[in-house]
Amino acid sequence: MGTLFKGQAVAGIDIGSRSIELVVLSADGPFHQVKTPTTFDPLGQCQKLMEGINGCRVIATGYGRKLFAETFGRVNVSTITEIQAYALGARFLYPEAKTVLDIGGQDTKVISLSEGGKVLKFEMNDRCAAGTGKFLEFMATALQIPLESFGEFALRSDRRIQISSMCTVFAESEATSLMARGERPENIAMGLHMAIAQRTIAMLRRVGVTSPLVFAGGVAHNPCVVRLLEEELGQPVIVPDKPDMVGALGAALYAENLTKEQI
Amino acid sequence: MSSSYNEMWEKLNLDLDAHAGLLEVLGKFYGDIYMSQQGRLKGMEYLDFVVSEVHGLRIKELQDAKALGKKIVGTFCVFIPEEIVLAAGGVQVGLCAGAEAGTGEAEKVLPRNTCALIKSFVGFKLSKLCPFIESCDLIVGETTCDGKKKAYEIFSDYSPVYVMEIPQMKNASDRVLWKSEVQRFKSQVEETTGNKITADSLKEAIHLLNNRRRALQRLNRLRAAVPAPISGRDSLLINQISFYDDPVRFTAKIEELCDELEERVKSGTGVAPEGTTRLMLSGCPMAVPNWKLPYIIESSGAIVVGEESCIGTRNTRDLVDEGGMTLDGMLDAIVDRYMRIDCACFTPNTERLDNIVKMAQDLNVKGVIHYGLSFCQPYAMEAYKVEKALSNASIPMLSIETDYSMEDMEQLKTRVEAFVEMTR
Repeated sequence: MGTLFKGQAVAGIDIGSRSIELVVLSADGPFHQVKTPTTFDPLGQCQKLMEGINGCRVIATGYGRKLFAETFGRVNVSTITEIQAYALGARFLYPEAKTVLDIGGQDTKVISLSEGGKVLKFEMNDRCAAGTGKFLEFMATALQIPLESFGEFALRSDRRIQISSMCTVFAESEATSLMARGERPENIAMGLHMAIAQRTIAMLRRVGVTSPLVFAGGVAHNPCVVRLLEEELGQPVIVPDKPDMVGALGAALYAENLTKEQI
Repeated sequence: MSSSYNEMWEKLNLDLDAHAGLLEVLGKFYGDIYMSQQGRLKGMEYLDFVVSEVHGLRIKELQDAKALGKKIVGTFCVFIPEEIVLAAGGVQVGLCAGAEAGTGEAEKVLPRNTCALIKSFVGFKLSKLCPFIESCDLIVGETTCDGKKKAYEIFSDYSPVYVMEIPQMKNASDRVLWKSEVQRFKSQVEETTGNKITADSLKEAIHLLNNRRRALQRLNRLRAAVPAPISGRDSLLINQISFYDDPVRFTAKIEELCDELEERVKSGTGVAPEGTTRLMLSGCPMAVPNWKLPYIIESSGAIVVGEESCIGTRNTRDLVDEGGMTLDGMLDAIVDRYMRIDCACFTPNTERLDNIVKMAQDLNVKGVIHYGLSFCQPYAMEAYKVEKALSNASIPMLSIETDYSMEDMEQLKTRVEAFVEMTR
């Protein structure tokens, strides 16, 4: 953690499609981190998270960054993109990181970093949320498995079957027809995870996968996606302790840098 | 646009209600994207006026010309030699094809995975929304891609269509083909207009259109100044309007605007705040009112200082040699000038790569945004080579593929902003 001037805290808030994360930094490191679902009222949720936070510099990132910046005029807000936020956050946690993967609720991003930590290249999925957290959530619901244990469930498969469709709608009908053929749900779950892993790897290869690779975002909690990525890439995938906080942490670090520059 | 044109539009068999809806949307869109800009040039008032009268006064002018026996020729591509049409006393208009209206109608006759530009011109025709198409005595297509090629076959069920064959390589035999195509086009235009093209009329047409190109080249030189004296959106609009405005009047107005720009450049006045990132666009054409990407870029802390595109430098970079004395000599000069177009329909197309790198270096940009319309295979494929060429010159590139819909605005914004952050 960089040296921060006493009494001066900075905050980063990552307003994503599924969840909102807030990280507040002080001189001694992150002293406050919270996560809350986005719901249909992201601003109301932000309001709750921001209670008691006054006068400090806030950097907003994620889908809701503009909305947040327009609404929270009482604090000193500016915005950065998720690309920069994740790059900063991952690099802070792992100063050697060269590639960052973030799979969130409706976005997948891959970022290639220079020796010095600068963003060299990035890729993002376009308007379709295929292969993101939303896909996993939808499929877990279809198989009636809680999202949190979907990865574990898939790891109990005894055979690997290909599910070729990445489109949520088509993949569901593929899964349904596999069920109708008597396929074990664990194997279907594995097939769905493999579909995500393959799509992610294709995107990673477009920017080039240089080690070490840091995997952040909510989907990094899923042990099956992590295992499949490691298998396919033939290299370890680093998952931070709190992978979904990396964007908010990066935003807070950016705020810290701005504060230092001004003093 | 007032309803005083209703009678004219009705005569042109437009769907008046749908057309009124289109104009309303266009007006609002223009207001949001153009009129909201700060520090615009006085000279842009003319362009604002032309846009406000795009389906009004300009159509009236075309109708008046038709009443005098002139013929209107509509085109979709910078390959169609306007010199020929002008020399035969005709009026050429570039048909825009940049709006989403009419897509539903278009998808009745076209596959869904067709590019937005093709869907747009077919949709405008089928929905009876475009007074330009309806004013045309001849619509000239070309074989720049398979989608357009096949779409013209369908389009010809509804309008008089003539198709020019564009070579796909640049060997001596391709030039022979192109020359014969230019001659065939000349005969067609002479037949449509009833006028013979003479050495004198062609010489004059070449000179006049070169003047228009010179004015646009001057604009390009001036806008390259640091700080940028005019927004990318305004420059794009000027290029877009060059396709359908009267060429003599347009050239005079743009020269005036350039005088104003020159003053700005002399005094070092910029249109964007200090520290704004200079970027260049490259790729597919952006037809009126397709201002989506430039608007996103210029709302993300960047300014577009050049367009490597058919509605940009591809259309203005090369002049026709004015040294030809005979009719055939001038036709040769036209053939040579148009053969230099570096469209992605050619293979190989290394000139384009060289031109992009040179332009990016000359303009001193931080990066290039490559713009491809979804399902435009030639540009989508070429993006790979463009990125490689730029990367060899240490210029970052962001590749964007999109269409005319607004549903991906936020995703595009995130990408463009991240690119701007990255190039800082």
